[in-house]
Amino acid sequence: MQRARKDLLAGAVFAGFGLAFAITSTTYDIGTPLRMGPGFFPLVLGGILVVLGVSIAVKGFVAGEGGEIGNVPWRALVLLVAAILFFGFTVRDLGLVPALFVTVLLAGLAGRSARVIPAVVIAVSLTALSVLIFVVLLQLRLPLVGPWLGG
Amino acid sequence: MGVLESLGLGFETAFTPVNLLFCLIGVALGTAVGVLPGIGPTATMAMLLPITFGFDPVTSLIMLAGIYYGAQYGGSTTAILINLPGESSAAVTAIDGHEMAKQGHAGKALATAALGSFFAGTVATVFVALLANPIADVALNFGPAEFFSLIVLGLIASITLASGSTLKALAMIVLGLALGTVGQDIATGAPRFTFGQRELFGGLEFVSLAVGLFGVAEILRNLEGSMTRSVMVKKVENLWLTKEDFRRIRMPVLRGTALGSALGVLPGAGHVLASFISYSTEKRASKRPQEFGKGAIEGVAGPESANNAAAQTSFIPLLTLGLPSNSIMALLIGALLIQGIVPGPEVINDEPELFWGLIVSFWIGNLFLVLLNLPLIGLWVKMLAIPYRVLFPAIIAFAAIGTYSISLNAYDVYAIAFFAVLGYVLIKLGCEPAPLLLGFILGPLLERYLRRALTISQGDATVFLTRPLSLTLLILAVVAFVVAVLPTVRRKREVVFEEED
Repeated sequence: MQRARKDLLAGAVFAGFGLAFAITSTTYDIGTPLRMGPGFFPLVLGGILVVLGVSIAVKGFVAGEGGEIGNVPWRALVLLVAAILFFGFTVRDLGLVPALFVTVLLAGLAGRSARVIPAVVIAVSLTALSVLIFVVLLQLRLPLVGPWLGG
Repeated sequence: MGVLESLGLGFETAFTPVNLLFCLIGVALGTAVGVLPGIGPTATMAMLLPITFGFDPVTSLIMLAGIYYGAQYGGSTTAILINLPGESSAAVTAIDGHEMAKQGHAGKALATAALGSFFAGTVATVFVALLANPIADVALNFGPAEFFSLIVLGLIASITLASGSTLKALAMIVLGLALGTVGQDIATGAPRFTFGQRELFGGLEFVSLAVGLFGVAEILRNLEGSMTRSVMVKKVENLWLTKEDFRRIRMPVLRGTALGSALGVLPGAGHVLASFISYSTEKRASKRPQEFGKGAIEGVAGPESANNAAAQTSFIPLLTLGLPSNSIMALLIGALLIQGIVPGPEVINDEPELFWGLIVSFWIGNLFLVLLNLPLIGLWVKMLAIPYRVLFPAIIAFAAIGTYSISLNAYDVYAIAFFAVLGYVLIKLGCEPAPLLLGFILGPLLERYLRRALTISQGDATVFLTRPLSLTLLILAVVAFVVAVLPTVRRKREVVFEEED
């Protein structure tokens, strides 16, 4: 059981996605092979994905190659996801400079032995560098400071 | 048009100042990311794609392609100097190259790698130019049924050479295909899997997928352990090869070029395979096999030539059939589609400047690479001193800005986080990320050809089996699948990819 955990989990992920796609597809028009509706192709794919997911799990159960999943850098995972989501959520209203600064700061803190002051230094320099590359050199039309800050 | 005439057009296109400049930028960037462990060409190309949207299609492709083969050069530098392959195909180079560096011959190893790669790249470029027309001509007779079968073959074949479990790779492809259906259905305009969000009607952005999967998920992998690396060789001297050295590397370079050119055409990890096979060939052919692993110059010359030749010829399926053989080529398909060019056999006739300009740029790019890598080697060595704690926040910043700039859509940025987590989980569970990207990019094409083929055949699904070309392609797909699951092949493959780690 312990040995097959990787395969069981992988199978569950695939089967889960397959089920979600297949079930949602049935709410769309399926159509016929001659006149396929929008639901046809994803329904077939969802079905195949469920079959593959189950096969992976079963194979893992029968002949699990196993292997450790290993440690997960939870802090980095949370911080990096937060950094990216923050950028998407605020870039329009806060503007590029503040949104990017916070994003890079969060990312900079994701390292194992990251400390605050070096992370701030990195965030300031990378924000400046990005503005230079994207706004000055590549002429990207992104407001530096957004409406939330009166920009 | 004859090949010579076409090459003339290619030179005209590639030698414009703008294209020369972006070729140089591409190969320089490629060398940089190849040198730096922890960021690969796939993530770099994905991040830079948005910038290229405003370019001419040919300029954009010249630069993006340069990143790819530039990374092959850069990867070998890192492999030789710090025994840490920046690129998977450079893993073999590390065996003898690093040994040479330890003995004080780092300059020799680097020169061998650069000259071998240049020779191989030049020959392989000619190979691409000669083969492209005949292959595209065959494909011009393809109807929707053939294209459907061709894509199926391409997808299946890509897992034959991949590492890891075949079932998982297959599941990754299908998951990619399914994720590709998100957004408005092309035929009916009905929104699918959008949760009612208008921002998702255009579908998931493939740049988000590539950046999340190959950029951010990779960062998470790297942050699992502590990243320490030391540059042993601070200064590289004596880049000249002696007459004796030239004599020793002559045959390995020739054999490596031939092997690489042939294997590069295969889907999947053709270039990785090419360098491994070249290494074992040289070891077998050598009169002094005991020197291998202890700094044999042949062990650098062969594999380096092989992987660079393969990097060039892997463009053949992309340019002639519109079929990507790996995740890099899949990104190039995405770049073409955004420029309004549907990749396929028509490109060579409809866009001759694009096609031949790109081919000639390979050769120019390879020349730039020799110049960049030999006299300027010190610069790249210094780059190795950039600590990872600075590098990965930079990747996050560029990824976020680049993706957002495509259509100023916050959902494209959220998608990066989604794919990063999904990718990280799946990689942790032993799945390769490349098939997911291939499936995602080819999914919409697959659905379109499926629909067209079935409409033409009045809904008769046997059309894929009754048209001889389509049937042949499907039989090849079955063969490729059988080969992938055959126990003997599996074992050999595992040996190859275990050495890589």
